[in-house]
Amino acid sequence: MTSVADNTQLKTQLKTQRRPQPGPPGPPNPLGTGKLRPKHQLSQAKPAARRRLVVIGNGMAGARAVEEILARGGAEQFTITMFGDEPYGNYNRIMLSHVLSGEESDADIFLNSLHWYQDNNITLHAGVRVERIDRFTKYVFANNGHVVPYDVLIIATGSQSFMPPMDGLYTPSGSIKPGVFTFRTIDDTRSMVQHAQHDHHHRAVVIGGGLLGLEAARGLQSHGIDVDVVHSGGHLMNAQMGPDGGAILRRSVEALGIRVHTGSRTTAVLGTDKVTGVRLRDRPDIGCDMVVVAAGIRPNVDVAVLSGLHVERAIVVDDQLRVVDEDDIYAVGECVQHRGEVYGLVAPLWEQAVVLANHVTGADSTAAYLGSRIATKLKVAGVEVASMGLQGPERETDEHIVFSEPSRGVFKSIVIRDNKMVGATLLGDSRKVAYLTQAFDKGLPLPEERISLLFDLGAPAEEQGVAELDDDAQVCNCNGVSKRSLVDTVKGGCNTVAGAMDATRAGKGCGSCKLLVKQVVEWAAGGAVEEDPAASYYVPGIPLDKASLMAAIRKQGLRSVSSVFAALAPGSVEDAKSKMGLASLMKMMLADQYIDERDARFINDRVHANIQRDGTFSVVPQMKGGVTSVQQLRRIADVAEKHNIPLIKLTGGQRIDLLGVPKEDLPQVWADLDMPSGYAYGKSFRTVKTCVGKDFCRYGTGDSTKLGIEIESRFQGIEAPAKLKLAVSGCPRNCAESLVKDVGVVAVEGGRWELYVGGAAGAHIRKGDLLATVDDPEQVKVLTGRFMQYYRENANWLERTYAFVPRVGIDHIRAVVVDDAEGIAAGLDAAMQASVDSYVDPWTERDDPLTPGQFRTSLPLTVLPQVPVR
Amino acid sequence: MNAGHNLGSVEQIPFGEGRAFGVAGEQVAVFRLRDGSLRALSAVCPHKGGPIADGTIDQDLVLCPLHQNAFRLDTGCSTTGAEPLISYDVQIDNHQNIILRTAAR
Repeated sequence: MTSVADNTQLKTQLKTQRRPQPGPPGPPNPLGTGKLRPKHQLSQAKPAARRRLVVIGNGMAGARAVEEILARGGAEQFTITMFGDEPYGNYNRIMLSHVLSGEESDADIFLNSLHWYQDNNITLHAGVRVERIDRFTKYVFANNGHVVPYDVLIIATGSQSFMPPMDGLYTPSGSIKPGVFTFRTIDDTRSMVQHAQHDHHHRAVVIGGGLLGLEAARGLQSHGIDVDVVHSGGHLMNAQMGPDGGAILRRSVEALGIRVHTGSRTTAVLGTDKVTGVRLRDRPDIGCDMVVVAAGIRPNVDVAVLSGLHVERAIVVDDQLRVVDEDDIYAVGECVQHRGEVYGLVAPLWEQAVVLANHVTGADSTAAYLGSRIATKLKVAGVEVASMGLQGPERETDEHIVFSEPSRGVFKSIVIRDNKMVGATLLGDSRKVAYLTQAFDKGLPLPEERISLLFDLGAPAEEQGVAELDDDAQVCNCNGVSKRSLVDTVKGGCNTVAGAMDATRAGKGCGSCKLLVKQVVEWAAGGAVEEDPAASYYVPGIPLDKASLMAAIRKQGLRSVSSVFAALAPGSVEDAKSKMGLASLMKMMLADQYIDERDARFINDRVHANIQRDGTFSVVPQMKGGVTSVQQLRRIADVAEKHNIPLIKLTGGQRIDLLGVPKEDLPQVWADLDMPSGYAYGKSFRTVKTCVGKDFCRYGTGDSTKLGIEIESRFQGIEAPAKLKLAVSGCPRNCAESLVKDVGVVAVEGGRWELYVGGAAGAHIRKGDLLATVDDPEQVKVLTGRFMQYYRENANWLERTYAFVPRVGIDHIRAVVVDDAEGIAAGLDAAMQASVDSYVDPWTERDDPLTPGQFRTSLPLTVLPQVPVR
Repeated sequence: MNAGHNLGSVEQIPFGEGRAFGVAGEQVAVFRLRDGSLRALSAVCPHKGGPIADGTIDQDLVLCPLHQNAFRLDTGCSTTGAEPLISYDVQIDNHQNIILRTAAR
């Protein structure tokens, strides 16, 4: 029957059929001659029948192999079916440590959504495990009863966590004891996070001090968990480095507050129905609420063994990734043993997927995988680690060059044999990694002065580093992008860093190579790097930077957002992404001369409240300086009660936030409050946080509360390119956190006030720069207003002061704002005064909505995602 | 094709904005573009349930107010990789009323 099929194949596909099918038919179809057969033969009767490709495994290897196959026209040749053990699309397992630490959400690490499978006509059985392959009749049997025929099979079952033998790991019923986790899947990660965030859980023991164990330890720390790492090896990461490097890594890890126990085996998990600690072989017990087992991985080979495939340490494959003695079964990834090697890293997997795809599609039937030289470059628990080849000298004639600087956590070791580099370990400083990787990969001749392998001696290092990189050197290790393909992309006319990244996918995996990608693109463009032109635009839809845009608006006398689009946008096309930025800019420039078109505003600015995840809004009444009164509190309490406010919350800016207000209730809530808006929703001046100041505090040296209230009264609600959060502290103890505010004021002894600008303590942490020290609160207000106006006129859209101040430079800002070096101080003050004068409390719109249905609900039937009420 | 639902006067919607309507059990966001023409899409963002009628629009796109996913006003297809919205046929009749057909296009 297969010969019929072969005759109908395209010629290119015939190449992949290396020899005729085994003569004798296999065992009878276990389904009987059932339903599947006629359909099977029917599909063969069509001349262009596609072969059936079945992939067992929907992890990074399986999905990558399919992507590579599709990229070679595989959709024309195959109908593709994939089985995945996990009930999801395909995700980037490398990033799970970021999910654990909370740097990324689990939604961010998906590589292919379920949509992708539909778009490519791939039948995905997610959450279904294949239990057996019948390699004679060519069917796979899934645990949900599905039986699927294949012409070509790819096994990409990956690995699972290795559970070292120890007592107490399992409950009597055989399941893993609650509180014990492996760190392998997205579900593992979610349950770890959930457990770590439990109020009563404070301590964790991580078993295993390799890459994964250290990542787990660091991730758990970010949930406030106290972590011990127990490692059976003599030093940390012993698979990647020798004892000297391991000792320095240990110092760096311990400096993060993680306790490390090396050379110690865990013999038991303690606790009857939940974890209470672990027992070590020769040391005291460690108490803990959770145990993470990260003691290595083992290939998933059960299905291969059960089905009679050739398995040693893993599934044995040839140079075309075909399972030994099988013509139609391929295997790829961590479940594979090739020339005696089993790989547990992602780079070899990419290389394997390319060869497999070339071979199975016939795109290049001579393609061969000859093994990978493992050079790893990682960031482990915040420490940069690179390792390749030998960890230390093995022969008497081997040269060993070592540099060790424990106090900075820097260690570099290079092993040289016959003037070729055969191994290197770098810790804490990876600047030479690109060059060393290439020297290792290619066996390049080395400089006589060996120290230049470790350091760039007085040279403009980066350009040289990129120039001397070999064309084949891999720049992006996640997506396997070489220097050549980046250079070709640039030569092909793609002259921007962002464009080259999009075109090649370089830098789109873990992101650690972005700097190198940028350097390569800049080098390839020969210094004529085009900034992404749109990067300098104030808003994406108008091809002008801020200064030119403001000049054009003034010159043409434009007064509304729609007139700006008509006059300045290419083809006069309006652009939704540009509207909010333009509205803010023009209000700032024109104050009461601005023609306010409501459709240009973001929803928050249309209804003067902050939209929440369920489509309701938050209401924050003005409470200047964080000072309130009995009357205000009583009224807020009454309003909250009357309107059944689901959540009343104190904000970081010392205000009271009423959350969960439906849009249609906003006018009534404001009317009942009868207080002005507290501006907790706009790209605008937000709040001035204050400490109690000298009236009550025994340390206070200045009346911070009074000054804070005055600043807030003056500048309430003015628009800015991004939000402005301020603070005034009455003494250098800084209880109002003035050093990390957009503008922060600190009273110091002698009746003087320090003014800091450009501080932040949110997504970024930055101590503000000292702008000036003055002895008069009035002067504080003048300089605050002048700085904010300079920022309003010069910052990019959405550029917070913590980015703006270092970009422009505090010295320049001080020269302009304090010393009036450019003679524009009076102009800045006047422009700010105009904005202050045109201020109107937006909550007065409650009585007279400006547009029809301004406060009409946008969720007409039901509010969909319910925010839980505490 | 059915005769369509009359949602009342087009003046309920300001130029350049959207308003939500419950129509035959479906939530529909109707937008009135600055050129006066109408577009209608399903009202709930497939990403995280955001209220599409509160989005910012131009002639081609609506941006969901929660996470700035963008959708084409004519087809409902997302340009930012989200699942598509349903697109509806919507017109203004001779009496300046909004006529919407719920049989999705």
